[in-house]
Amino acid sequence: MAVLMCGSMFTGCSSETDAVEEEEETEVQTLTVADEEYYKRFYDDGISINVYNWGEYISDGSDEGTLNVNAEFTKLTGIKVNYTNYATNEELYAKLKGGGASYDIIIPSDYMISRMIKEEMILPLDMNNIPNYKYIGEAYKNQAFDPENEYSVPYFWGTVGIIYDTTLIEEENIDWDILWNEDYADRILMFDNPRDAFAIAELRLGYSLNTEDEKELEAAAELLKEQKKVVQAYVMDEIFDKMGAGEALIAPYYAGDAVTLMAEYEDLGFVIPESGTNLFIDGICIPKGAKQKEAAEMYINFLCEPDIAYSNTYYVGYSTPNTAAYEMLDEETKNDGISYLPDEYLMSNTTVFRNLSDEANQKMQDLWTELKSTQDQTKNKWIVPVFMLACVILSITILIMRYIKKKKDIF
Amino acid sequence: MKNKLIAAPYLVWMVVFILVPLIMVGYFAFTDKEGNFTLDYVADVAQYSQIFVRSIWLAAIATVICLVISYPLAYILTGFSKNTQSTMLMIVMLPMWMNFLLRTYAWMTMLGNNGIINTILGFIGLGPFKMLNTEGAVVLGMVYNYLPYMILPIYSVMVKIDKSVIEAASDLGCNPWKTILRVVFPLSLPGVMSGITMVFVPAISTFIISRMLGGGGNLLIGDLIEMQFLGNAYNVNLGAAISLVLMVIILLIMTIMNQFDNDDGAVLL
Repeated sequence: MAVLMCGSMFTGCSSETDAVEEEEETEVQTLTVADEEYYKRFYDDGISINVYNWGEYISDGSDEGTLNVNAEFTKLTGIKVNYTNYATNEELYAKLKGGGASYDIIIPSDYMISRMIKEEMILPLDMNNIPNYKYIGEAYKNQAFDPENEYSVPYFWGTVGIIYDTTLIEEENIDWDILWNEDYADRILMFDNPRDAFAIAELRLGYSLNTEDEKELEAAAELLKEQKKVVQAYVMDEIFDKMGAGEALIAPYYAGDAVTLMAEYEDLGFVIPESGTNLFIDGICIPKGAKQKEAAEMYINFLCEPDIAYSNTYYVGYSTPNTAAYEMLDEETKNDGISYLPDEYLMSNTTVFRNLSDEANQKMQDLWTELKSTQDQTKNKWIVPVFMLACVILSITILIMRYIKKKKDIF
Repeated sequence: MKNKLIAAPYLVWMVVFILVPLIMVGYFAFTDKEGNFTLDYVADVAQYSQIFVRSIWLAAIATVICLVISYPLAYILTGFSKNTQSTMLMIVMLPMWMNFLLRTYAWMTMLGNNGIINTILGFIGLGPFKMLNTEGAVVLGMVYNYLPYMILPIYSVMVKIDKSVIEAASDLGCNPWKTILRVVFPLSLPGVMSGITMVFVPAISTFIISRMLGGGGNLLIGDLIEMQFLGNAYNVNLGAAISLVLMVIILLIMTIMNQFDNDDGAVLL
């Protein structure tokens, strides 16, 4: 998921000079691919592909010794990469639905993949063109959103947990209910998107994260409404600033971003509640209307190259489904208890989002709107009367002014 | 004939980027997902009346504050020498050179519990006050961002007021306050009106200010419309219906406001 809503990262040319400077200190990664011939097929055709990805979701070579993925791809294949960013799955969906834009590669999350499959917005992949698919771990294949693995190749995965300030919160066994704890009133942040916010309420209530039952959705909304009293703000990427500056103490967020945040601020801790959580998988897909499908498949294959996947994992901080890249990680990362979790926990305590029916989506949206627009009743009491009074005064003034004008006209 | 030719590119621009989108908003508002005519979405807007009232209310407060700040400022500005005037105008415009989002983001760090303002207040032994994530912060954001749009039109009308009119007023025995009230104010009304329009309309439909400074818990119409397009339901028709209702409300309010303008203009003539 999006790390920062920052501008698009074009294939920077500074990476190579950086790499040279860093050479003495760190080992510079070099790219080796298994089958170079495969990548040379379009070398002289002068084609380009349009890649539409989350912000900060690919290695641009700015980290010491890592590769600039898009630049390496162009160097190897001669295919130009036009790289642009989006911030949410919904933005991606709206952009594709609205038409007018043509992309060859998109990287939606699980539930959005199933929605796009249902609405025939993405194309089946030709796995013969993606031999590196063999590196993808079995645990990430055959998921409910793409049961036959026809449409997507897992790019990154992660879980949702709780980021908290370890200096001020001494509780042990932190669970989701801490987000409702009145002791931390006004120091709690919450997801600003209905799907993730409802999931936390559903986890507390013991419902399925993919429930479409109206009663259950309403109960979850009720729980969120109760939480609103202690919530400081509903945010997404602002979490970075607010948690970093000590504005807030507790916030739910994605594990990969938590790793980035914790690297910067030592006082922050991250916990994935024992009771269970949401497991998300972002997959690489080719949308309908892609002009360079074969080149796009080559790009997917390239992203699955162990060296490239390792660079991306190092830079992005999310968990890689690529087994060869996982092997390249250092022991510390493998065992940090955040990025990579024991299989038993993943199997039994996590749920992957599926697409909800249109009705359930609409219901959730309505409940969310209601939640976000209700306010303290005390404040509300005055808005309408004062507003009406202002209207009355306004119309009286108009009448008086007209009257005066008429009078003046007579004389 | 020649004039018409020069206007042609603008005409094309208007049709393609103003008229056609407006027609599309109308089309989506009155059709369902299959494209059949329906009034359902427009009727559905009623359930958001509370959000409408709050948006109008906050935008109105912001507009009034802008007016109260801008009017004296514009009046004082006209009294300076030409050089000072252009320098002062430059200062008014200066914040607009910076990105809108960045300016709002800066307020976020200033108003926070550990922000600059609360830190300074802390030294004097006050606070911390909860300033961020309140309606007040949203109004502040609106006032800060749209203030130049109020100052500039009022100033540009005031600077054109013939000084001899004011002199005549004082010659005929008007005291300075009465001069402002009876001569300067009526003459500057067109500027005030366009200032109000230029502040009120963007303020009522803003969504990023309420999200950044209001903490996401104070939904405004702008947020609501944005949610229909970029939320998980992707309800274009409802989004269009809300936009349409909003446009009608703004149109209504502007017509009411223009009543003042026309009447006074007529009186003066």
